[in-house]
Amino acid sequence: MTLNAKSATLHLSVLAALVALFFVLPPYHSGNLARIMVLAIYAMGYNILFGYTGLLSLGHAMFFAAGMYGFGLSVNLGGLPLPLAFLTGMACAAALAAVTGFLALRTSGVAFMIVTLMFAQTAYLVVLYFGTYTRGDEGFVIQSADRMIMGVDLTSEGARYVAALLLFSACFLTLARIIRSRFGRTLVAIRENEERARMLGYDTGAHKLKAMILSGLIAGVAGAAYAMLFGYVGATFATVQYSIFPLLWVLLGGAGTTIGPLLGVFFMFYLIDFSSSLTTAYMLVAGVVLVLLTMFAPQGLMGEMRKRVFAWLP
Amino acid sequence: MEFGPHLMLASLEGAVIASVLVLTSMGLSIVFGVMRVVNVAHGEFYMLGAVLAWYVTSLLGGHPAVGFVAALVAAPLLVGAIAASADRVILKHLKYDPDRTIVATIGLLYIIQQTTLMTFGPDARPVAPPFNHRLALPWFEFGDSGFAMYWPWGLSTTSYKLFVIAAAAVVLIALWLLITRTKIGLIMRATQQDSETAQAFGIPVGRVYSMVFGLGAALAALGAVLVVPIQQAHYLMGADPLLLSFIVVIIGGLGSLPGTVVAALLIGMSDGIISVFFSPTLAKIIATFLVAMVLVWRPQGLFGRSVP
Repeated sequence: MTLNAKSATLHLSVLAALVALFFVLPPYHSGNLARIMVLAIYAMGYNILFGYTGLLSLGHAMFFAAGMYGFGLSVNLGGLPLPLAFLTGMACAAALAAVTGFLALRTSGVAFMIVTLMFAQTAYLVVLYFGTYTRGDEGFVIQSADRMIMGVDLTSEGARYVAALLLFSACFLTLARIIRSRFGRTLVAIRENEERARMLGYDTGAHKLKAMILSGLIAGVAGAAYAMLFGYVGATFATVQYSIFPLLWVLLGGAGTTIGPLLGVFFMFYLIDFSSSLTTAYMLVAGVVLVLLTMFAPQGLMGEMRKRVFAWLP
Repeated sequence: MEFGPHLMLASLEGAVIASVLVLTSMGLSIVFGVMRVVNVAHGEFYMLGAVLAWYVTSLLGGHPAVGFVAALVAAPLLVGAIAASADRVILKHLKYDPDRTIVATIGLLYIIQQTTLMTFGPDARPVAPPFNHRLALPWFEFGDSGFAMYWPWGLSTTSYKLFVIAAAAVVLIALWLLITRTKIGLIMRATQQDSETAQAFGIPVGRVYSMVFGLGAALAALGAVLVVPIQQAHYLMGADPLLLSFIVVIIGGLGSLPGTVVAALLIGMSDGIISVFFSPTLAKIIATFLVAMVLVWRPQGLFGRSVP
């Protein structure tokens, strides 16, 4: 098989497996899987910037939250119909990513991490400050009556799974395509050696800004989808912890691979699900996994696979 | 209370915050300066210092002063030892790569914080101050009868708070003497300037790194022991000092120690004063955003010289 055919087969079989799992799994796990798919969208968005462009951001929670609040507030306060509200959420995230990128990309390395962290912290505090509308830490619920799209009730198990799967597939296939395009390859070139990419005549600054906007946009899709499918919007999703999670997922699954984010979210979700049945200090697991990964497998699951078995892995 | 006395009270509170902040941010700054490592777990070493102070004082019992003095010695030593071994096991393995050490210290943050949650529990617990006298403060004013001194109601501080300020000053001087006047300080500075050349001259750079990482954590723990009789020990208390120390180190110029001291005083005082007069959330929003902007336009910090 050619490289393209191989990667197309891989991506389609992942989606086929997700369809099949819905019919096999009991309701509890298919509910979990819907959540995993939405969070995997978030991780895929993060992966564009971290895995493919090589920029480590510690502030992606603000884009996730921008999508979430952009959607939630325009439904609850603005009374917009669902598709329009969803687009609003996406637009908010992309706009915030553009502004953040414009400013933060003037720095690099450690300074970039700290600047994004500070911006995200500012965004979190802004959410708390406008507590009258956002209801701060407590958050607000999007009524079930508002979560109807073309006569389909998104609160039912089946509809929620299908919606999550559709959104996930759209992002998954689009990103897999972008990665193979000229744009995606240029991003990898920037990750590997920015100076050389610049010397070859690529406008690295513009490419990094575009990667940042795309990454923030996808994170915003995930945030809006989370609010739409699970009906809750809260400031917890804007905390530093939610900036750390996508880093953890992508590192675990394999940075710079297309299916790494999904696998990373899947394993971490069930690891935390399992450990929170044992102790309240479930974040301990996240900490241990993070340290072990950076020490022994900085490439993550899929990265190790690519190194050892499948060199063609996209 | 009138504006004048109110401002004086606010600046006293600010001075206490600033003196603890000086210690924690010096720890962060030394680690960054010598090792080029951004230690995200720094706030957790602070928290660990406060929690250990609680364990030591409740274990010893008796007069609060006995337990407090014991905590003042034991907590920083223990925290320093923990940090030094974390450096040996984790950071050394990563060869101090800047990106990977940040991720690893984030992991360390959760490990320390959650282990404390499992053992110490979610409650905030107080530590009794060794001494605590309320001191009323006078205020001067030009009234109708000329220059007069009076004692406004509510304008007071405690002897313990003054002790915190004095203790921080003593530690700071000791630290300065350590760095500029001793062999250890000389070795530290040599490693900071060029670790490879230092290694070639027979300096055990690995051990210096462990010691510096331990010293940084011990300074954070010392600050926490000083503050814990005013503020209770809690497993989430590390977040605010971490953020503030970051701000201080950035404003002061990454790795520049005199800049760190000036910035800590500036930020601690203004944090104390602003949060008395304005909404604390708004103050934090403005402060965080301004710091991000400083980093965007002057990555070397306000007082820092440009880094090579």
